[in-house]
Amino acid sequence: MSEFTLTLIKLAFLAVLWLFVIAAVGVIRADLFGSSRAVARAARRSRTPRRERQPRQPRQAAAPQPRMPRQLVITQGNQAGMTLDLSAGAPITIGRANDSTIVVSDDYASSRHARLYAQDGQWIVEDLGSTNGTYLGHTKVTHPQPVPLGVPIRIGQTVIELRP
Amino acid sequence: MTSPPDRLPEQVPVATQPRKGASLALLIFAMVMTLAAFAEVGLARDGRIPTGLFGYGGGLVVLAGAAYYVQARFAPYADPLLLPLATALNGLGLAMIYRLDLSTSRDVQDAIRDGKKVVTSGLASAGTQLQWTFVGILLFAVTVLLLKDSKILQRYMYTLGACAIILLLLPIVPGLGAEINGARVWIFIGPFSVQPGEFAKLLLVVFFAGYLVKKRQAMSLVGKKIGPLSLPRARDLGPIMVIWLFGLGILFVQKDLGTALLYFGLFVSMLYIATQRISWVLIGVGMLALGVLVATQLPFLGHVNQRLSIWQNPEPYFDGGCLLPDGKVVSVAPGTEPYIQAGNTIGSGLTACLKMGGDYADSAQLMKGMFALGEGGVLGKGLGQGEPWRTPLAFSDFIFDSMGEELGLTGLMAILLIYALIVQRGMKTAIAARDPFLKLFAGGVSFVLALQVFVIVGGVTRLIPLTGLTTPFLAQGGSSLMANWILIGVLVRMSHQARQPAPQSIQDEGMTQVVSLR
Repeated sequence: MSEFTLTLIKLAFLAVLWLFVIAAVGVIRADLFGSSRAVARAARRSRTPRRERQPRQPRQAAAPQPRMPRQLVITQGNQAGMTLDLSAGAPITIGRANDSTIVVSDDYASSRHARLYAQDGQWIVEDLGSTNGTYLGHTKVTHPQPVPLGVPIRIGQTVIELRP
Repeated sequence: MTSPPDRLPEQVPVATQPRKGASLALLIFAMVMTLAAFAEVGLARDGRIPTGLFGYGGGLVVLAGAAYYVQARFAPYADPLLLPLATALNGLGLAMIYRLDLSTSRDVQDAIRDGKKVVTSGLASAGTQLQWTFVGILLFAVTVLLLKDSKILQRYMYTLGACAIILLLLPIVPGLGAEINGARVWIFIGPFSVQPGEFAKLLLVVFFAGYLVKKRQAMSLVGKKIGPLSLPRARDLGPIMVIWLFGLGILFVQKDLGTALLYFGLFVSMLYIATQRISWVLIGVGMLALGVLVATQLPFLGHVNQRLSIWQNPEPYFDGGCLLPDGKVVSVAPGTEPYIQAGNTIGSGLTACLKMGGDYADSAQLMKGMFALGEGGVLGKGLGQGEPWRTPLAFSDFIFDSMGEELGLTGLMAILLIYALIVQRGMKTAIAARDPFLKLFAGGVSFVLALQVFVIVGGVTRLIPLTGLTTPFLAQGGSSLMANWILIGVLVRMSHQARQPAPQSIQDEGMTQVVSLR
């Protein structure tokens, strides 16, 4: 085997090694921003004529309404930085109990503290009889109340917000 | 706790889709890379595809396939990167060990025939490594299958912590443990030798996580504020003092700076993750510096001094050097005056040094490793074309230098990036986890891997004093492979738990919800 061939093989292997690393980073990237194929698929779907008619109607109808929040962000507390996707519309429970959607571990929260649920295109916050109460902005939540975008909800030391 | 909302990333996605396809594709890529490494070794040495490609490479392909099946079947939402990355490292290590395996390595046999000096202390054996890989992947599968909810471990935190301490103490027990290459980290059970410290590390993470979840409120909230720092109360310093003394104990009994650094660093980092207080890190670093300073000043800890001396200036120690009580280093290598006077046979250097009343040490291994790195340069010699077998323990402690000689800086950077990606995925799992115990557990497990890579890679590249820790996944050794595959299994299981969608309610009336947990 000639020296030249061996050098080529050597460089080829290093290239394979780096391609592997780049592929791994690519998977992370797809995880973060959605894979390019998925984005392309979504774009193609929106281009098909059958689908085109449908989104236009709700867009006109939805224009005067406030925008629906799409994610929930924890801005303070031990889970700060975590976000939840709200597009599924499943109710969210918050408390110290392990089966809560958001498990908070501070002494000022009750085990089943509060819950959020979607109703008629709005997210509603409801206090579940907690000891220290749930605050929407600066007011204590005494009955189920709609949550506007960007208004902090305080549960013990945890603060969450709905974002578009 | 104080991070302002505007610093939050735009979108932290909670991945709710299984990424089995991406995982399989990357795994196949890792396989191809391993097989390519075997092929390159064979082509460079014999000019043909080696027979080992089908045996060892094929064996690894089957094992990784089985691991993938277990992950896809029982933890479909698991992080797609962990298994392929670990497999890639394991495969690269296996290829390098195969290359160094004396029975298959023709250039070493040639060298022996030519009468060149060849180090034969300990033998590389690709067959053994493949067997241990099998056991390791088996343990990975068992971990993924059995550890349905990692939170169960929190219940047994004190038991597991006690187990960790017992494991760490086992090598000191006479009759069970023995000193190999100057480090007392092995125990012998029948024909097997086990490094219990590798497993103790995982158990300690469980214990620290459980403990800190309980105590972190007090540790993170109470305390005086001086300037930008908030200092903890004196009584909260208890645990860190205990771990510090424990680390000093390791330093005294095992003369091992790296292991002490590993456990102490692990505790300090987990304390930081739990409390988010920078003052803990400063206190930890200060205590570590104090500990090392004390260790170098104590007269009966000459070894630590000597380690530092070799680290700063290894040249006088090449093939044997003697640190005299007054701090001077005299070479007692073969051919020097003291060596010839002491009998001019193997071991004369040590005899001569003892006669002078100094501490004997040999830096040849470290320096040969450095030579290997230098020989490799930027692009390396190419697999199978260097001479990494010149370094003692080129297949275990110094496998990173062997990689450096044959893959060059370019290859080493890729390997370090693979480690970094594993750690990043682990930290990501910690962020995504919903439970504080799991957060700390995942964070600690990934940090301990990172710290171990730092200590050993820093050691063999002379960034920090050398310590005989294993290079995870690359180095030959059963304990290390088993422990690290368990670690990956734990992370896979936790990332599955963290990334799977929250249970959907079946019926939603009143305060009681019925959810499906399947």
